[in-house]
Amino acid sequence: MATVGRALLIVAFAVALYGVAASLYGAFAGGRAWVDSGRRAVYALAGVLTLAFAIMEIAFLRSDFSFNVVATHSSTTTPTFYKATAAWSSQEGSLLLWVWLLSLWSSLALAVTRRRVREVAPVATAVLMTFASFFLMLTLFFAQPFETLAAVPQEGTGLNPLLRHPAMMFHPPMLYSGYTLFSIPFAFAIGALVTRRLNAEWIVSTRRFALAAWLCLGVGIVLGARWSYTELGWGGYWAWDPVENASLLPWLTGTAFIHSIMIQERRGMLKVWNASLVLATGTLAILGTFLVRSGILDSIHAFGASTLGIPFLILIGAMVLGSVGLVVWRRADLASEHRLDSLLSREAVFLLQNVLLVALAFVVWWGTFFPLISEAVTGTRASVGPPWFDKYIVPLAFAIVALSGIGPLVPWRRLTLASVRRGFLLPALAALVTVLVLLAVPGAWAEPKAALFAGVVAFVLASVAQELWRGMRARQASAREPAPVALAGVVRRNRRRYGGYVVHAGFAILLLGVAISSSFQHARDVSLKPGQSARVDGFDIRYVRATSHAGAEKISLGAVLEVTKGGRHVATLRTTRGFYPSQDISQGIVGRFFGGESESEVGLRAGLGRDIWTVINPNITPLVPIIERGNRTFRRAMVGIMSGPAADRQQAAAQLFALRDAAVTAVARRFVTSPWPADFRFIVSPLATWIWIGAIVTFLGGLLALWPAPAAARRRVSAGYAARVARELARTTQ
Amino acid sequence: MNPSRKRRIRLVVALTAALLAASALIYTSFSAGSDEQTAGQLLDGAVAGKTYTLAGTVKDGSVRRGDGVLWFSVRDPHRPVSVRVRYTGLVPDPFREGRGVMVKVQRGQGDVFMGEKDTMVTKCPSKFQVAPPRPGGGPASAT
Repeated sequence: MATVGRALLIVAFAVALYGVAASLYGAFAGGRAWVDSGRRAVYALAGVLTLAFAIMEIAFLRSDFSFNVVATHSSTTTPTFYKATAAWSSQEGSLLLWVWLLSLWSSLALAVTRRRVREVAPVATAVLMTFASFFLMLTLFFAQPFETLAAVPQEGTGLNPLLRHPAMMFHPPMLYSGYTLFSIPFAFAIGALVTRRLNAEWIVSTRRFALAAWLCLGVGIVLGARWSYTELGWGGYWAWDPVENASLLPWLTGTAFIHSIMIQERRGMLKVWNASLVLATGTLAILGTFLVRSGILDSIHAFGASTLGIPFLILIGAMVLGSVGLVVWRRADLASEHRLDSLLSREAVFLLQNVLLVALAFVVWWGTFFPLISEAVTGTRASVGPPWFDKYIVPLAFAIVALSGIGPLVPWRRLTLASVRRGFLLPALAALVTVLVLLAVPGAWAEPKAALFAGVVAFVLASVAQELWRGMRARQASAREPAPVALAGVVRRNRRRYGGYVVHAGFAILLLGVAISSSFQHARDVSLKPGQSARVDGFDIRYVRATSHAGAEKISLGAVLEVTKGGRHVATLRTTRGFYPSQDISQGIVGRFFGGESESEVGLRAGLGRDIWTVINPNITPLVPIIERGNRTFRRAMVGIMSGPAADRQQAAAQLFALRDAAVTAVARRFVTSPWPADFRFIVSPLATWIWIGAIVTFLGGLLALWPAPAAARRRVSAGYAARVARELARTTQ
Repeated sequence: MNPSRKRRIRLVVALTAALLAASALIYTSFSAGSDEQTAGQLLDGAVAGKTYTLAGTVKDGSVRRGDGVLWFSVRDPHRPVSVRVRYTGLVPDPFREGRGVMVKVQRGQGDVFMGEKDTMVTKCPSKFQVAPPRPGGGPASAT
């Protein structure tokens, strides 16, 4: 199987190189047949890589330890669900996943656009196949997913315990889908610049892919945050870790891009800005992959030393230089068709929002790469922490959310006093009332910024509700439909617009959850014995009893806690810490069952009002003398067996292992039978659940915007678009 | 005012504002950033009252816990020296002996360094080891 997998990668590499050559030859000399052949090479690549990826998945599911990647990232005791996901926990599997997803999305994009952007598509195909060639080269020469072991082990080393979480099933594929989908508008932008087809056609053809990229990347980021909140045992969801930041960077510039292309589509403005944004977004997507794969910055995600740094740097360098060169070369063709009529117009709001998003991306980029920058400037590696990020990110996020409410209320071209009265009155009133009500709540004055932010969120929600209401009323008046039907009808016919408004509302809710949960969070670290209690934000949390579980996969020590408020039962929480066995024989026959990796299972009571979160960190030091005694006893017994008659060894060893298992279970039970104090972290976070609710609303809005419009509306848009292309053609031929 | 002159003024104002903002960002990052130091560098030149980011590997056999305090030593990657750290607060799940770690510290009494609460970052391991298969199944009980 491994040989077939390797052969498929070699074939895929050859197909990708052929795709580059055929597309370029077809674009500049050979004609349509070569272009079509280059496009079909992308389809073929998707087929070949689907087979290769299937072979790797089968190897994981069958626990085929002849594959090095399976032996080092899975085991027979790994649950099937996680065996299937273990493929992308490895460097090799991740790279194969990346290029496989790229081939799938590229095939889809080229199939969808095969009758459009005919001059641009061949160059875009060559760019996409160049990316594919690069990643296939990595899988062939630097991190080989089908490498085999000369001596096949009986058992694998297992999946990193921290990755055993449902969110991890989808987090990497979603992130990689986001990265690879952003490659598509990047490639078409390069194509448009090279062929000088710089009207809005390439944008119209690929904007759905940009939106899908934004959506997938966003879902991936939120799944990562959720994993952090429920698995990592620190109670947070975002730590400004370099790898988190790496995924945020293209998402921010991508957000700016999907807003600013509306101005180019509508008014033929911001062409340089749009081309630069999409090229930056594509480059940042590769940079994100590079950061995770190279281990260049210290991160909880870093994969340690890696040989992938230099090839990635060469690719990123080429992308940056090529992008800047192309934009400068084509600057005359990128001139705007119109000027900004007024600073008080929707175009100006979009532009300001774009500038703020790019500023946000720059802050994140600077803070992420600061260790490398400071080392280059001062000779000493220094890093900045969350307070530095917060200082800049909070005001910028505040302004961006406010603009997401203002934008829909401001008309194109110019804002008039009448439109201010008509649009702003109700949202402004909602914001004012919210701030006043919140400031009347005891304790709210301690964090006035949070109350102000809630006011901004109220403004956004009221502005979105008002737009929906007005759309619905207009439709009711014209079609004489009942309110729900009219609302559904108006949204269905303007999915992009109203989907965008829902995104604004969801994102405002998400950030409200972030602002309130971080401003009014109560956290406490305590050491408790069974029966003892701690008070956190008015909640009494009692350590009811200790628990232990010794299974084939891990040993868990935990606690059952009862949460009450004013004597009334609120919740029962269960938290455990799992200890995975180690293969290090120096830890002893019993000791190695407690000496491997460990991971936390969080006790969480999520609610609309607040989350009550806890994690246990049982100190196993009191078990050390017992473990050492067990190690000595079993070592002596093992020596006795090995010095006895060879014929009896197997049976004696089996009996000894059974005794050892019983001993390990008994040692773990000491945590229950003779409990000692355990360390707990308790966190009470108000409105934390709204972060996830806001994320769901945001992504539903994104899906709504992404969904194809009904045929009639599409025809209307196409007619408008055709008229616009005709105008541009007339202009360029004058 | 002439529209092109108006546009030029707007551009100059916007660029000046962007330049000032970027300068503030760069200045604060250099003044707020904490230097990453190895154990040897801290022993040679750490000044009391200044915060450093200690980076290195947790020394084997050095981890002790008690009364909510974690004691451990961090090895220098290049020299045969280590510093002792007293740390309270959140301990990331992957923390253990032999693992790469970063923690903000200040010089305390003697060669002991006081870890800043909740600042520890541990490198996520790319590989980890499990025990070989256990004949007869394995321990399985719940309480």
